[in-house]
Amino acid sequence: MPDATGLELIRGEVEAAHPGAVLDTGFSQERAVLSIDPAFILPVLTWLREAPGQEYTFLSSLHAADYLPASPRFAVHYELLNRDRVERLRVKALLDDPASPAGGGVGGTAPEDASATGRGGGSPAPTGPAADGMVLPEIDSCVEMFPTAEFQEREVFDFFGIVFKGHPDLTRILLPEDYVGWPQRRDFPVGGEPVTFTYNEKNYG
Amino acid sequence: MTVNMGPHHPATHGVLRLVVDLEGEVVRDLKPVIGYVHTGIEKSCEDKSYWKVIPFVERMDYVSFFFQMEAYCGAVERLVGLEIPERAKHLRVIFLELNRIHSHLVWLGTTALDLGAISMLWYCFRERDRILDLFEMATGQRMHTRYFQVGGVIEDIPVGFAKKLREFLTDMPVRIEQYQALLDRNEVFLSRTKNTGIVSRERLLELGVTGPLLRAAGEPWDLRKAFDYLAYPKFDFKVPVGTIGDNYDRYRVRVAEMFESVRIIEQALDGLPEGPFIADDRKYVLPPRSELSTSMESLIHHFKLVTEGYRVGPGEIYYAIESPRGELGCFVLADGSAKPARVHFRDPSFVNLQAFKDMSVGSYIADMICSLGMLDPILGGVDR
Repeated sequence: MPDATGLELIRGEVEAAHPGAVLDTGFSQERAVLSIDPAFILPVLTWLREAPGQEYTFLSSLHAADYLPASPRFAVHYELLNRDRVERLRVKALLDDPASPAGGGVGGTAPEDASATGRGGGSPAPTGPAADGMVLPEIDSCVEMFPTAEFQEREVFDFFGIVFKGHPDLTRILLPEDYVGWPQRRDFPVGGEPVTFTYNEKNYG
Repeated sequence: MTVNMGPHHPATHGVLRLVVDLEGEVVRDLKPVIGYVHTGIEKSCEDKSYWKVIPFVERMDYVSFFFQMEAYCGAVERLVGLEIPERAKHLRVIFLELNRIHSHLVWLGTTALDLGAISMLWYCFRERDRILDLFEMATGQRMHTRYFQVGGVIEDIPVGFAKKLREFLTDMPVRIEQYQALLDRNEVFLSRTKNTGIVSRERLLELGVTGPLLRAAGEPWDLRKAFDYLAYPKFDFKVPVGTIGDNYDRYRVRVAEMFESVRIIEQALDGLPEGPFIADDRKYVLPPRSELSTSMESLIHHFKLVTEGYRVGPGEIYYAIESPRGELGCFVLADGSAKPARVHFRDPSFVNLQAFKDMSVGSYIADMICSLGMLDPILGGVDR
């Protein structure tokens, strides 16, 4: 793992190349975490992969978490790995929930491409493409850079409703295609799902 | 022609559906469709206190249950900063490596069955049964043992276990040589596995493939060597690698890994230190049964741990170990309550399945079956 100093050096270099990209750094349980603005996810991942001295070429895991009631609410985690130095680095892209009334750009630094699409920035009106009429958070897909992310981005979309722009086939992967809702979100209740047996259908409509 | 294979085809080793585009007998395109055994384990874990999650996560990849337990317990231990005793580390290594042999035996038996070598299944399951007997003797369960706890293991190995394990360890290398004698000179097996399903090392790395599949392509990447976890740095073992990464190399690498696992267990058993088998931290670990009738404090701790469970301070961690199929990572997000806010598993079968298209496109449909067996996906782990 890069130590706390190494992490600050990385932060400094990323800031120099992409001003405003890094929101925060964290170092706990000997793991380095770089929190970034989702608008800069591709440039930052490219930089970490290609800059000499970094070369985090292996994406070992991509997953998401819901930090409700915190804001920004979602984070997509990229667990990067450099196999020569045996170092792990977690990049966290913090995503706001555009459907919530407080939704909007990340910490006031709304990226211009998010407002251009009309879904990511500011407008809480349900105009998104989701089946249940919710506006979904968006982030650029990294499948071009890391082909391993294809299934994992589909899984994150499936369970959190985070849209990966540029993904070749962004459909539900583990849940049925006609499923409604994003079950890994914290406001989605556990249990209480009706089971459609023919008996139930006949007797309870 | 588009053919729908599965979800109940016997050669798919589970409930996997393959949509295959064929031109004659040659595969032109392929799409795996998964999710048939999705049970929402990750969501259910959010509603369980930390210690109740352990038996849940075991049931994801139902062939390598000890590995799921270690990934989860190890992640929680690192979150709360709990150091486990040396004896527990050794016991965990013994059971993990027994589980690795068990998992490879299931793979070898079923894959050879797909290729027509029916007798292999019976030989492999004979030895697998002895491993399950060992699990039953130490833990009371043959599968899904719930043996690892946060802080160590639930109880010490019983009297006579070491003797039975040593008998197994003396027999096992001979048995593995017997499997090799059955398969290594078998013309049908060789012609079906050699030079089929080749994917280059660079492509495998791009696809995030880990474990024996990656090592068969000549990349000596093993988390047991790369990262320092449990007692692995103490033991002397080799990382077998292949040369060209065809199905034959995949077979050779896994068989060689069984020999190495036997060596690791021998060393772990020889060097098994005396001492406690679980950490002595009453905030996370149940007090010994004998204290409950004499110590009021132990009774209170026991009551609190069983009813509410322990709380884990806010934090998040990704902890990865080397499972029989590759990098098994566990992500735990704690929000300060007694229940985890998120438990996510980076299952190696799920990620490795993406390489299946590269392995099969351009080859015969019979080679596709062989490649799928050598890929060794466990659909319980894929769908979770």
